[in-house]
Amino acid sequence: MTIYAALGAVEQGFVYGIMVIGVYLTFRILDFPDLTVDGSLPLGAAISAVAITSGINPYFSLFFALAGGFMAGMVTAFLNTKFKILHLLASILTMIALYSINIRIMSGPNVALLGQTTVFDSVTNLGIPAHYAGLLIFGTFALLVLATIIWFLGTELGQAILATGDNPQMIRSLGVNTNTIIILGVGLSNGLVALSGALVAQNQGAADVGMGIGTIVAGLASVIIGETVFGCKTMPRAFIAALLGSIVYRLAIALALGMEFGNFRFNPSDLNLITALLVIGALITPNLKKRLIQR
Amino acid sequence: MIRLDNIVKYFHRGSVNEVFALNDINLQIDEGDFITVIGSNGAGKSTLLNCIAGGFFPDSGRITIAGHDVTGWPEHKRAGLISRVFQNPLLGTCPSATLEQNMALAGLRGKRRGLARGVKNRDRQHFREELQKLGLGLENRLLDKVGLLSGGQRQALTMLMATMIKPEVLLLDEHIAALDPKTANMILNLTQGIVKGQKLTTLMITHNMKHAISFGNRLIMLHQGKILLDLHGREKENLTVKDLLEQFYTAQGEELALDSLLLN
Repeated sequence: MTIYAALGAVEQGFVYGIMVIGVYLTFRILDFPDLTVDGSLPLGAAISAVAITSGINPYFSLFFALAGGFMAGMVTAFLNTKFKILHLLASILTMIALYSINIRIMSGPNVALLGQTTVFDSVTNLGIPAHYAGLLIFGTFALLVLATIIWFLGTELGQAILATGDNPQMIRSLGVNTNTIIILGVGLSNGLVALSGALVAQNQGAADVGMGIGTIVAGLASVIIGETVFGCKTMPRAFIAALLGSIVYRLAIALALGMEFGNFRFNPSDLNLITALLVIGALITPNLKKRLIQR
Repeated sequence: MIRLDNIVKYFHRGSVNEVFALNDINLQIDEGDFITVIGSNGAGKSTLLNCIAGGFFPDSGRITIAGHDVTGWPEHKRAGLISRVFQNPLLGTCPSATLEQNMALAGLRGKRRGLARGVKNRDRQHFREELQKLGLGLENRLLDKVGLLSGGQRQALTMLMATMIKPEVLLLDEHIAALDPKTANMILNLTQGIVKGQKLTTLMITHNMKHAISFGNRLIMLHQGKILLDLHGREKENLTVKDLLEQFYTAQGEELALDSLLLN
């Protein structure tokens, strides 16, 4: 793996790490497996791209993307809490609906950002080379999101979110409306996923309706790798591990794609297989460790 | 003061599994009453407490707590008036949160939760003092996760958390039933101390007739969703376990007699 490939992987790890933080919030904290993210990632990309092409400041476009993702998450959580639709099913329904909505937003399957000003221009204008601009912007955003989420979960409201995932009966009898908390939490999670999508779109110069496919799998893979490698004893540590897990995941993918065994090479289309193997590996390692120690 | 007027509750109404859980319950609980609640399994004791707490709504009737008609209030809205301790010690606390985080959560019972720090520095000293009263050494474990505590320790913590903000009524749903005898005694003494100290209005479900007699100033016996017995002050003080058992079996005996009449 070249240094450029490694830098690229870290960069991807940061930007998708924002998505992984969102996935951690629903999947682990709220115990709410949420597939909406496959739709809210391209939603954020679409909103941001359309906003930029209609002349809105690229930084402002990120707020719109965040808000759009938040609303998508709220819809899923609303279907689940108010109408008692199973969380997985509710999120699949929103995800499917978002496919059509995203195409409506973009008036087509994709929007190009060629020649448009993006958040990266604000860095390259300072004279920083383009291949570091991504790393700088993505790293800054990821660390900002990480710090904010850790701060937020330490507040009175954030503690109520943690308790809702941990013991809903208890926190209800302490006066918290768990439905509202779930709607807020899933909304927040999808807001982050959409923000991640918006940054990806600005970086690669286009938003595409298909760019969200497999988001949840990559997210879960990163979460599980993070937990296995870096641990999750305390809440701040767990979120740091999720972000680092995202970086490790992207590095592992880059490494696998660069490997050669004689005439055999991995194709980008083998990515799903590699991801599945990575997750399986991460899931069975603790189990294997235990067995080895017992012997 | 708490008033229950003509509370009726069916489960699975209209199906073969229909249960008539509360049959026209009328109950007035005065301020400072410590009521022990007894009755056989399925008598409606837990249903009664759940109904007051808002776990579900009654089919008809009215519930008033401290002047508020709370009949249509959801559980979380009633939480400002009510504290509960459950039979299962795991239900009262958050296992993956620390002791201080749990206590801070309870310290905001029924209040708005905003963006201030969840655990505030000024609260820690107060938490430590409260925990010290338990005499379990928990005051030195503020940063430990509650999941590491034993069932008894968790139930003691739950009792403390339930009464950090004085509730209009404290509901104890067989809160010592899942503990070993020694721990159960410890929790029971703690309960007695807190209830007397804060003059709390309390409903305590128990299966132990001795406890039902020796604790509180009032005793009610439920049977098939009705209040069969309601003893106050002197009547309750003079009660023996034998009397109570007799009353208990008479209640069930009548039913048997009725059945045999029907069958004949």
